[in-house]
Amino acid sequence: MALAFDEFGRPFIIIKEQESKTRLRGLDAQKANIAAGKAVARILRTSLGPKGMDKMLQSPDGDVTITNDGATILEQMDVDNQIAKLMVELSRSQDYEIGDGTTGVVVMAGALLEQAQRLLERGIHPIRIAEGYEMGSRIAYEHLEHIAQKFEFDATNIQPLIQTCMTTLSSKIVNRCKCSLAEIAVKAVLAVADLERRDLNLDLIKVEGKVGGKLEDTELIYGIIVDKDMSHPQMPKEIQDAKIAILTCPFEPPKPKTKHKVDIDTVEKFQTLRQQEQKYFDDMVQKCKDVGATLVICQWGFDDEANHLLMHRNLPAVRWVGGVELELIAIATGGRIVPRFQELTPEKLGRAGLVREKAFGTTKDRMIYIEHCANSRAVTIFIRGGNKMMIEETKRSIHDALCVARNLIRNNSIVYGGGSAEISCSVAVEAAADKYPGVEQYAIRAFADALDSVPMALAENSGLQPIETLSAVKSQQIKENNPCCGIDCNDVGTNDMCEQNVFETLIGKQQQILLATQVVKMILKIDDVISPSDY
Amino acid sequence: MAVEKLFKDEATEEKGERARMASFVGAMAIADLVKTTLGPKGMDKILQSTGRGRSVTVTNDGATILKSLHIDNPAAIVLVDISKVQDDEVGDGTTSVVVLAGELLREAEKLVNAKIHPMTIISGYRMAAECARSALLEKVVDNKQDAEKFKSDLMKIAMTTLSSKILSQDKEHFAKLAVDAVMRLKGSTNLEAIQIIKKPGGSLKDSFLDEGFILDKKIGIGQPKRIENAKILVANTAMDTDKVKIYGARVRVDSMSKVAEIEGAEKEKMREKVQKIISHGINCFVNRQLIYNFPEELFADAGVLAIEHADFDGIERLALVTGGEIASTFDNPESVKLGHCNLIEEIMIGEDKLIHFSGCEMGQACTIVLRGASSHVLDEADRSLHDALCVLSQTVNDSRVLLGGGWPEMVMAKAVDELARKTPGKKSHAIEAFSRALLAIPTIIADNAGLDSAELVSQLRAEHHKEGSTAGIDVISGSVGDMAELGISEAFKVKQAVLLSATEAAEMILRVDEIITCAPRRREDRM
Repeated sequence: MALAFDEFGRPFIIIKEQESKTRLRGLDAQKANIAAGKAVARILRTSLGPKGMDKMLQSPDGDVTITNDGATILEQMDVDNQIAKLMVELSRSQDYEIGDGTTGVVVMAGALLEQAQRLLERGIHPIRIAEGYEMGSRIAYEHLEHIAQKFEFDATNIQPLIQTCMTTLSSKIVNRCKCSLAEIAVKAVLAVADLERRDLNLDLIKVEGKVGGKLEDTELIYGIIVDKDMSHPQMPKEIQDAKIAILTCPFEPPKPKTKHKVDIDTVEKFQTLRQQEQKYFDDMVQKCKDVGATLVICQWGFDDEANHLLMHRNLPAVRWVGGVELELIAIATGGRIVPRFQELTPEKLGRAGLVREKAFGTTKDRMIYIEHCANSRAVTIFIRGGNKMMIEETKRSIHDALCVARNLIRNNSIVYGGGSAEISCSVAVEAAADKYPGVEQYAIRAFADALDSVPMALAENSGLQPIETLSAVKSQQIKENNPCCGIDCNDVGTNDMCEQNVFETLIGKQQQILLATQVVKMILKIDDVISPSDY
Repeated sequence: MAVEKLFKDEATEEKGERARMASFVGAMAIADLVKTTLGPKGMDKILQSTGRGRSVTVTNDGATILKSLHIDNPAAIVLVDISKVQDDEVGDGTTSVVVLAGELLREAEKLVNAKIHPMTIISGYRMAAECARSALLEKVVDNKQDAEKFKSDLMKIAMTTLSSKILSQDKEHFAKLAVDAVMRLKGSTNLEAIQIIKKPGGSLKDSFLDEGFILDKKIGIGQPKRIENAKILVANTAMDTDKVKIYGARVRVDSMSKVAEIEGAEKEKMREKVQKIISHGINCFVNRQLIYNFPEELFADAGVLAIEHADFDGIERLALVTGGEIASTFDNPESVKLGHCNLIEEIMIGEDKLIHFSGCEMGQACTIVLRGASSHVLDEADRSLHDALCVLSQTVNDSRVLLGGGWPEMVMAKAVDELARKTPGKKSHAIEAFSRALLAIPTIIADNAGLDSAELVSQLRAEHHKEGSTAGIDVISGSVGDMAELGISEAFKVKQAVLLSATEAAEMILRVDEIITCAPRRREDRM
């Protein structure tokens, strides 16, 4: 270990408790980091594509998750290595930004790291590699824009959108009914989308799941589903043309925040207090009734007495509704959330055409459907499935599909999937590499090679000969000058992704390349890893 | 260069073949565990809990067995989960679904060893499941229109379900009980309205269905034991000390006399409340919460029957049965809906006194009183009856019926086999495997009954080669019999759920090629 000495020959202490820390430096550090990054990528590599396999994850509490969503796998893995954590972050940021392609981005980063290792062994400085990668990614980014196609759709012609969502769903376990799920996702997105502004808020789409039934029973509901039941068992189970009071105050006596005491010292006081209490309950219910509400949805609980009074006055109520759901209900029904009974006015009530309670299965599961709302801009996707893991995985898949649809509404450019975009970029980067003088040329070429790894993994997972298939497709692309040629994962018989209707969003692909390059650059720049040794 | 440590300590990762093997082994172990309970001659399991008391359960209900297992293998957890869902959704077939999923995986393992890619197997299974389902759909019988036939269908289904349970000795008796109870529901699947009371003593045969409602409570002392033409107020209110609910209220006095005054006022308040309740013109008052001695005495004085501390379900049921509403305030006697029944009396079952409400307004609810030698028998009888009730209530809604005794499996296997012959490519192996897995169920049923399964199943297959055969395994005589004649039926909904969720689960486990197990969360030492 290199030490610095002062003029008397005593060493400077640079790192506290130096002996008890492990330290990796120079090429070793880079190699170790690259190995860790590759290990993470290797785990995800088999999940890529329509024939990709799932991973089974057992959490510390013994719960089982089965998924092939990259972000979920990485998030639930108990990763300890620092570099591996960076890869986890990478996948997560792709998830936040785009929502889809979380596996692809990690595989891409892994391939870049692998190429970098070769260059390092040749003695090329890591910074030069990083710069070369940067150039390569810029070329690929521009090339993607070049090959991207605008893609027309509107509220009536949603078929193209469904096609794209289907590409996303085809790699998940739900691909059995990808068509109907894609349609549900697209309709949900269009219901809440602001096509003028080309934007939408995914929070308005609620994804609710309930075990039982089968996947085909999954449905889109133009309204809200709340996993609650009526507060009193004898309240009506169905309300037509409901006027909904949305309250965040409990049906209970007031509890001022400041400390106070009510002293009872005479019989009269005791009696007045009692009367006041009764009046209080009465007033609360009366106020709701006065403004014309026919349904009360409350964030808090009710007192037994209040509950009966509500029932008595024929005012159905739902209690303990969560904050998020309350907001959604408010949006959907066009009502306002009212924090105090005094502020209830008829204008603040929400409206819904039909509110009903529906029972499931043999147990006491009941849910409340709020449908035909005044403002249909909040929808619910209600998932059914054979078991809990299936529901969870379907939720994740639907989320991916929703994100894709959202991205398309924001930016309607697409590229073709099945690895065709990567192959096309690879060809372009390879060709551009020769123009750059200097060491970077090697790095750019390596970048082109790394781009090939995604179609390679696709072919591998589909049981095709990876190298043969890739080279055949590549030569076809160059020969026919057709950037739509990709890997034929499903044995359809054609390489043309345009015919197979396999699309991906342009921003998703671009983001993948940019994010992967950034992380790899960061990893390459590390030349010293200091970690506290085990204690 | 190998990475030394990617995961945290104790986290493990299994890949490829090993992962697949681990999940196959786990799933098959679970399937083998419950396999012996399948069919009319299936055996029971004893479960002993590790908690305090070491309580023992004897059961052959698949869901109950699997629920109480501590399982570490993730694939096994998937199977336990599907059995639980099957229980919640249709109530029966909890063992079959696990066994079928296990068999599907066992066949899949062979195919994987023969170098067929799991994805190919999955797509074959999917085609086969769809084909099997449509084969069943073709064969279903729907007798909804014919009430007489429909009832006999229900009887048959109930008997078939019960025949594999502890109640099989008296299955006719119980099938009748269950069918009667479910018919009273008139199509709703709300099983809460059917109350099951378990009282040790007597024999299973002594169990009976009561048209009225039985509340497992005692009548207060000094109150009438028998009320005819009762008006019942069902309430949920505090009858102990009626607390002032306004926050922060407290009593502060400066002399003893004032304490007495306040106490007097409190009593007065309670008296008033009781008075209000009585002024509803009732002669029976049922409360969910405690009734203290003082109000109880007041009720007794007024000749009103007061029942305290009925649990919430009991209250809800009582309200449902008598047609009253559950009240918590008593200021408007004219608008509160009271419940009615012809007769309330105290009855004795065994040694316990119970309150019996008969001649109720709404005939929906009823009570089944189970009698039996020990609490274990009763518990198991309860579970069996619950299964039967669930199946029946689902059948009332979806009245499609199939024959039982391995007949549906044979029908499906035949259709799937035909599909396999027509399908080109590797998938056909998977489809064939699916039909083999289906055949495993009649095989297991025969095996459990100590019959020569290979002989019987092959005979059965030959029978089914004829169009429209109704042959199945007759476990009692140990031969191939006519299921239609023997009156063995099953609900279509149960079979469909078994088929679909077993396929789904098998598919899910097959898709896995890597298992990552996180380090178990450390329990904090509470020492």
